[in-house]
Amino acid sequence: MSYKAHARWLTALVTMLIAVTAWSSEVLQPAQPAAVEWSSSTDQGSVFAAISESEVMHLADVSSANTFNQNLKKHEANLPPPEDGIHDPNNEATFALQPPKVAFKGLPESTFGNQVDWVKSIDQKALAPRWDRVNPDEEPFVLDMDIVRPVKASMPDVVFPHRQHTEWLACSNCHPAIFIPQKGANQISMSAILLGEKCGVCHGKVSFPIETKTCKKCHSKPKPDDWKPPLSSATVNNPWK
Amino acid sequence: MALNAQRRNLGRSAVFAMMASLTAFALPQVAHAEYADVVINNYADAAGMRPVIFPHWFHRVRFRCKVCHADLGFQFKAGGNKINMAKIIDGQFCGACHNGEIAWSVENCGMCHSGIPGTPTHFHGSTVQRLIAPTYKALEKPADKK
Repeated sequence: MSYKAHARWLTALVTMLIAVTAWSSEVLQPAQPAAVEWSSSTDQGSVFAAISESEVMHLADVSSANTFNQNLKKHEANLPPPEDGIHDPNNEATFALQPPKVAFKGLPESTFGNQVDWVKSIDQKALAPRWDRVNPDEEPFVLDMDIVRPVKASMPDVVFPHRQHTEWLACSNCHPAIFIPQKGANQISMSAILLGEKCGVCHGKVSFPIETKTCKKCHSKPKPDDWKPPLSSATVNNPWK
Repeated sequence: MALNAQRRNLGRSAVFAMMASLTAFALPQVAHAEYADVVINNYADAAGMRPVIFPHWFHRVRFRCKVCHADLGFQFKAGGNKINMAKIIDGQFCGACHNGEIAWSVENCGMCHSGIPGTPTHFHGSTVQRLIAPTYKALEKPADKK
């Protein structure tokens, strides 16, 4: 190898070394002067604060307006009397009343009304309410008879179980004032029920409420396989038929 | 210093978020009493007493519907029985049990007369009540409607 070639190698090596040191100083030691400049400028800091605050306010406004399921009303059930909204908390005796949750401990649960499955409570003997005012041993007269009521529209047919009702009630509670005990003698509709007649004398007020969750409790028998929806007899002249 | 400013901003935004969520939760919400509680205010308000609240659930744990609604003659209607203290002391309606023998006696005025004054006679939490706007006075009025 000649001297010239040696010199060329050396210069190449030296330039590489210089390049590497320059690169490493740039990368490994970040631009300190810039950082000092940025942090020392207090004006810039306050501008940053102003922007971020307004942004936070804006985000908070939007999120409170667009909360998830804002129209889905969910109320906490079975609050103690002083907090339930109708008992007067200024009344001393309100605080002596038993909170419902204490009484409902251990009873089968439901998702509507009292959040207690009253029928199951009796069936499972979790409750033993008296049938007589004074005699705890008197037994109810239970009638196990289901009444099927066909429904004109596409809703499943209604099954009325006497058993669950006679566990709680006497025949005279319903017959003959509310329901005439005869097949085909009672006109029942959901509007009548919601107006507080027929089943609505109790259901929707004290016994289970009329909600989407409870439709199937009555409308429980599927339509026969050959069932077809009835054709409307409404005409242009008589649209309300 | 920049880091400190950023931290301060973060803290401030956290405080804002907390305040926003707090106001959202602290808004007056209509509390719901127990389903099937009956408020009876036929005569109470006029006589300067709190309206009566009858808790169905409490009585239902102890008695079947038949005891009151067949044997004692309670109608299936809120306020439909025209109960007054004279009848109760005479042993009718509530007085059949609330006589100091089966249940506590009538001297515990506030146990029944425990409703917020001015609450009208109604079935509390009934399906119909849920479908229409409440006719009774809420516990807390919204601040903008005072």
